Amino acid sequence: MKIKSTLMVSALLAGSMLTTAQAETLKFSFQGTLNALDPYSLNETFTLHALGNAYEGLTRRGPDLTIEPALAESWEVVEPNRWRFKLREGVKFHNGNDFTAEDVAFSFERVRSEGSDLTTRVPADATVEIVDDYTIDFVLSGPNPILHYEWDTWAIMDKEWTEANDAVKVTSASDTTPNYAALNANGTGPFKIVSHEPGVKTVYETNDGWWDEATHNLTGVEFTPIGSDATRVAALLSGEMDMVYPIPVQDIKRINDNSGTVALTGPELRTIFLGMDQMRDELLYSDVEGANPFKDERVRKAFYQAIDIEAIKQKVMRGLSTPSAIMISPFLFSKGGEFERYPYDVDAAKALMAEAGYPNGFSVGMDCPNDRYVNDEAICQAVAAMLARIGVKVDLNAQPKAKYFAKILASGGYDTSFYLLGWTPGSFDSWNVLDNLMNCRDESGAGSPFNNGGFCDAKIDELTDQILVENDPVKRDELIAEAYTISHDNAYYIPLHQQGLAWGVADNVELVQRADNAFHFRFVTKN
Amino acid sequence: MIGFATRRLIQAMIVMLVVALLAFTMFRFVGDPINQMVGIETSIEEREALRERLGLNDPIPVQFLRFVTKAAQFDFGTSYQFRQPVSELFAKRIPATLELSFMSALFALVVGIPMGIYAGLNRDSAISKMFLSVSLIGISLPTFFIGILLIFLFSVTLQWLPSFGRGETVQIGSWWTTGFLTVSGLKALVLPSITLGLYQMTLIMRLIRAEMLEVIRTDYIKFARARGLPDRLVHFRHALKNTMVPVITITGLQLGSIIAFATITETVFQWPGMGLMFLQAVQNVDIPIMSAYLLLTAFLFVAINFIVDIMYFLIDPRLRVGRP
Repeated sequence: MKIKSTLMVSALLAGSMLTTAQAETLKFSFQGTLNALDPYSLNETFTLHALGNAYEGLTRRGPDLTIEPALAESWEVVEPNRWRFKLREGVKFHNGNDFTAEDVAFSFERVRSEGSDLTTRVPADATVEIVDDYTIDFVLSGPNPILHYEWDTWAIMDKEWTEANDAVKVTSASDTTPNYAALNANGTGPFKIVSHEPGVKTVYETNDGWWDEATHNLTGVEFTPIGSDATRVAALLSGEMDMVYPIPVQDIKRINDNSGTVALTGPELRTIFLGMDQMRDELLYSDVEGANPFKDERVRKAFYQAIDIEAIKQKVMRGLSTPSAIMISPFLFSKGGEFERYPYDVDAAKALMAEAGYPNGFSVGMDCPNDRYVNDEAICQAVAAMLARIGVKVDLNAQPKAKYFAKILASGGYDTSFYLLGWTPGSFDSWNVLDNLMNCRDESGAGSPFNNGGFCDAKIDELTDQILVENDPVKRDELIAEAYTISHDNAYYIPLHQQGLAWGVADNVELVQRADNAFHFRFVTKN
Repeated sequence: MIGFATRRLIQAMIVMLVVALLAFTMFRFVGDPINQMVGIETSIEEREALRERLGLNDPIPVQFLRFVTKAAQFDFGTSYQFRQPVSELFAKRIPATLELSFMSALFALVVGIPMGIYAGLNRDSAISKMFLSVSLIGISLPTFFIGILLIFLFSVTLQWLPSFGRGETVQIGSWWTTGFLTVSGLKALVLPSITLGLYQMTLIMRLIRAEMLEVIRTDYIKFARARGLPDRLVHFRHALKNTMVPVITITGLQLGSIIAFATITETVFQWPGMGLMFLQAVQNVDIPIMSAYLLLTAFLFVAINFIVDIMYFLIDPRLRVGRP
């Protein structure tokens, strides 16, 4: 078997690399483009990590996503509301400037300024205090055990460089001219960006002055976006590319059969789930009048039990998914393994429907994206077919993501009755899931803006608030488990699975496939 | 003459305005640009603020007026996804599209004309029949499918030619980049040019064949033969010359559509031209790029038609009579 379905492909032997260091350029392709180079312009996985090869945060994440020191050597919570970070000395930006606490304080203000898409990286009411050149304090208004969880993608910028080039203001989409930082990069990371043509090609060069020991053997990296799946796969098969991602699940076999390439698969963090409108008194898209069947727990459970998750895994995802009972990947929650899905049982589902007063089922409109998640439309079609067995007639509306999100999110007035959505908590922490997906909201979306179904459980809200400030990890996980249990018991959501990652890699390239789908060049060796 | 030109010009402007209006109306239905511009966790307030700054909350007529006024000054605004001025982005992408279009037109002519002549002169030969069946494929297979077929044959299986991109390019002047001067650049041109030019090639071949068959039957050719002129002279000097008139007209018009409809080919081959940018813009609801592209395409066709009209006017005296 050529499929290596471990999380990491290989741990690199740093020692052996030093002797066999060879000049190599890595060519890789991704389906989307890298647009502006400003690290605060867009809060999106690919952009953050493509720039994360040139820029670094105070922390970084290793192959297994553990938080490691990066620009900060260590940190401690000196008082409940005060975090002290010891910064690494002797680090230089690509232009030769020294990295100091001034730069951190500057980046702190810039990342939460107007126009930044990463304002949530730092709490709005936090302040920063420079102790000395290499020590900095963050003062919060309340305890926050996960303050630094997303700081691996909060790039530290050079104050002097940014100010000298008049780029203090983050280029926002409404600006008429891009500022200097949107077209140039100056970080501390292992690679420098030497040329960048948006949507065409981005060229990286190794930063020889990097503070850490390089475990890669690359001299440069060339990134070309290729939007068409067939062309991207062809570029790998023909040997023009060393690595392409993502690859369609139906091409995995082809890539493995080809000599010289291999498909690398593993579980991703994103959870795909179904949501139901539990707020309106009557569904927008249904033949049930004067009542909302989704307000009845039995109907939600009937839907849940009517879905054959194994069939979706085998037929739609070709084995490349992990069925899930909760709304977060088990990688990201210590008690994740303790939950179990309601069993697939059509008879039980029918009985529940009859008990709820819908022995003949009803019709419901379903919204689904068709270009956002792995085989998203096919999943919806499978779900529609499965629900037909309990008499539910699903009217499927699958659209491109641009139209889909405009309809089902707050900006579209939550115009949906039944929908499929995916969620990866940016902080890799459950509080993000609870806060965004499971708290009550009003009609405009205040509260949990992505709780599109609008269910409201006061107990979950209460737990969310406690979890935010609970510093004891064991107690915190218990509170999180309690919140997930409530959601599970009431079937507020129908979690489906964590989708899989699929990358195509040439045989002579070794790399690390992180579960957050981030590609870092520092883990690559090419022979 | 001036009156005729002015009338045509006014008509052309009306067409442009209608296209602008159509394009503008269409954007109401492509989705919400804000969702594509920010990460999913961006708060509702920030989204609303962005919407306000972009002027997306203004009444539709106000937005349309602003769009037309700016477009008339060649200001298409800033791309939502790239955060760069649209006119600059287009300037960077135009060389790629023009070089590809030029090569496909050249391919269509260089291959299509000889094939057409041959098929016209030897209408019953086996090779002519083969040409005709091949050309049927060129017309009936969709472009993207031909492209993928070529990629899998020449890139993946034989590994002769690259499957994507422009190869190495050379900078000429301040904004033109060319792939003509490097080996990899020329190699990269082959597959996309064939893909894009196949349809035009078929068209030209069939056109020449039909014209040839027509001309060969005329009296002056029979007369030339009777005079004992060699076949070579009769076919190429007398017959071919007369078949070329419609071919030139069609080629000129088709060049416009090659440039405008390179979108699919550019997407299949990840060719960094305007068409690829347009398609990416559609996926990301990048309205400024979409509108600029549509207007540019409309402008291209209107300009070509305008020139053709003027040329007809100059050539055909009948248009002048009774029309002061």
